[in-house]
Amino acid sequence: MRFVDEYRDPVRARALADRIAAVLRRPWTLMEVCGGQTHTLVREGIDEVLPAAVELVHGPGCPVCVTPVEVIEAACRIAAEPGVTLCSFGDMLRVPGRDRDLQQVRAAGGDVRVVYSPLDAVGIASAEPSRTVVCFAVGFETTAPATALSLLEARRRGLSNYLVLSAHVRVPPALEVILGAPDNRVQGLLAPGHVCTVQGGAEYAPIVARHRVPIVITGFEPVDLLEGILACVTQLEEGRAELENRYRRSVRPEGNPVARAALAEVFEPVDRRWRGLGTLPLGGLGLRDAWRAYDAEARFGPVPEGTDDGRCRAGLVLAGRLRPDACPEFGTGCRPEHPLGAPMVSTEGACAAYWHAGRPRRPGPGDVAGPVPEAASR
Amino acid sequence: MTGPLPEPTGVAAPMEGPIDVSPSCPVPLAPGGLVQLGHGGGGRLTAQLVGRLVPRFGDPELARLADAATLEVPAGRLAFTTDAFVVQPLAFPGGDIGSLAVYGTVNDLAMMGARPLALAAAFIIEEGLDLAVLDGVAVSMAEACRRAGVRLVAGDTKVVERGAADGIYVTTSGIGCIPPGVEVGPERARPGDVVLCSGPIGVHGIAVLSRRAGMAFDVDTCSDAAPLHELVTAGLAAGEIHALRDPTRGGLAAVLNELAGASGVSITVEEEALVVPGPVAAACEMLGLDPLSVAGEGCCVALVHPDSADAVLDAWRAQPVGAQAARIGEVGEGPATVRLRTRLGAHRPVLVPTGELLPRIC
Repeated sequence: MRFVDEYRDPVRARALADRIAAVLRRPWTLMEVCGGQTHTLVREGIDEVLPAAVELVHGPGCPVCVTPVEVIEAACRIAAEPGVTLCSFGDMLRVPGRDRDLQQVRAAGGDVRVVYSPLDAVGIASAEPSRTVVCFAVGFETTAPATALSLLEARRRGLSNYLVLSAHVRVPPALEVILGAPDNRVQGLLAPGHVCTVQGGAEYAPIVARHRVPIVITGFEPVDLLEGILACVTQLEEGRAELENRYRRSVRPEGNPVARAALAEVFEPVDRRWRGLGTLPLGGLGLRDAWRAYDAEARFGPVPEGTDDGRCRAGLVLAGRLRPDACPEFGTGCRPEHPLGAPMVSTEGACAAYWHAGRPRRPGPGDVAGPVPEAASR
Repeated sequence: MTGPLPEPTGVAAPMEGPIDVSPSCPVPLAPGGLVQLGHGGGGRLTAQLVGRLVPRFGDPELARLADAATLEVPAGRLAFTTDAFVVQPLAFPGGDIGSLAVYGTVNDLAMMGARPLALAAAFIIEEGLDLAVLDGVAVSMAEACRRAGVRLVAGDTKVVERGAADGIYVTTSGIGCIPPGVEVGPERARPGDVVLCSGPIGVHGIAVLSRRAGMAFDVDTCSDAAPLHELVTAGLAAGEIHALRDPTRGGLAAVLNELAGASGVSITVEEEALVVPGPVAAACEMLGLDPLSVAGEGCCVALVHPDSADAVLDAWRAQPVGAQAARIGEVGEGPATVRLRTRLGAHRPVLVPTGELLPRIC
């Protein structure tokens, strides 16, 4: 497969690991922000070939994982309404709401359909005008343009039965919170390549300046990740903190202007609660007033205030303070068949990545026994 | 083992108003229409429905319409199995529910080292199904029976209310004969055995997924559904096969875990050695699926004594369905685990997949 195989080449990957080892003088802690990056790391065993002095902590970049429980509960409630068809990405179906998930709502008679793109949901609304079609829109700046496009298309077709429940979130505010925390351990960031493909890199320059940490825009294949890690530790060893693009085949400085224009027409930054991180100022994307007629919250009522559930330590995991396999519930109280929280469900969740890579529970830095500390639901 | 089964002879039953002729079937297709509840009532409509299906198989035992088929059985042990088919969509690139129902059961028999003798089929039909669809399924089943050299000797039809089923469900049961001296079973793998895979993995699953409503995408691949008993027979003649299984639901990941569990051994698979066709790899990449957990219907894995692994591999490669057979791993001492050695040389466990195949979001 072109554009994939060359970035999975084991010879190139090992050579990069050797170069990282040659550059290192002291230990460093890096965070890979995106869940897709976490999965590559553990699936390919990259952390096994890296020098032990490079510690990778997993960031909040799984959109399913950061969607708070009250939003999932709201989606379940809407999906159970007669006449409603709720369209969702597949990953969301097994994420537990307060006492049910969308799969259970479907089993009880709710019309829940898995779509691959919000445009498919517009197609359903067009083909079944008697039903109210609600698109459960989750994701970062990567999936938000597709939601924006679906609304533009719904307006073009004159549909009045297509609504969006927006749970879209923005990456930069989350990084501000993680780097600004008093007990932050992260010394360098591998920024999410796909988000930057849409947004460009400009949003990250102020974060680099404010927190004095290198941010390297990084891709998702083994060679991409190792190049990002090499660039990041090189900066750290040389005492530099700069924004660097190591995913040039996809990311342009200005991002994708067409996608950004669609985003700007439909969405505006709003405060939003993230699972485990609390309410982040301008941490989400909400529909602009002009699109109120398409807003599921306007039709079915706003998502109520929520809090995080007790046993799941997703907040600590998403902030990089708890390694998934160090969680007391990992593999015992929490497994993919019976997830306590979203990171064990989503294909991009850090806990699921560790589980599917067969990591046994292994107490370590950040291990917490007993009740979840307050910080988790800060 | 007995010789090949006698070629079925066509029995042309009289049908009303035949016009259309299917090239693969000696029996003219009857005019269309929809299946009605009355077709399941046991009366004249039922007789018409049965009369429409039975001749396509050209089997005298089936055409007797007795309460049970009677068969001459060769010496040796019998293998007996059943499998239900609910695939959606009913037709997909490279096959349909009919061919799948035949090959699925034929292959279950083959995985025990049996040569298939006869099948029985039960059809649960939803009211309102186009009779042309039913005809198509029957024609396809008859064609698959011919290709596999197996007879369909008994059957049943039931019709349920609209909405109570999804078009048509087919259940096939099959019996096969295990030749004297053949001993294969999931619990017979031994440390040191070599793991062979007879062909590319994940092909059927991707072909079906590519046509599923709401997920249609262009992928240049056809289901690999095919009968495997000739391949198995050739392999058994060439070497000492301990265990066989075809990676259908749950794919290679599920099957290897089942074999490891049944035999109490560990299995290590080389990622580099797996044959994943380009379109399957691309579709899995796009949908966030692991090719190891995607179903095939035309390949199988064998755990083979190391001294005869090459001979079995050669025998398989001489068969059309085994042309891409490969050595993919080896069996070690327990505990029962399955591990994959990645291209980077790291190891990760291969776990039994959980839940349904869902697309990921980014």
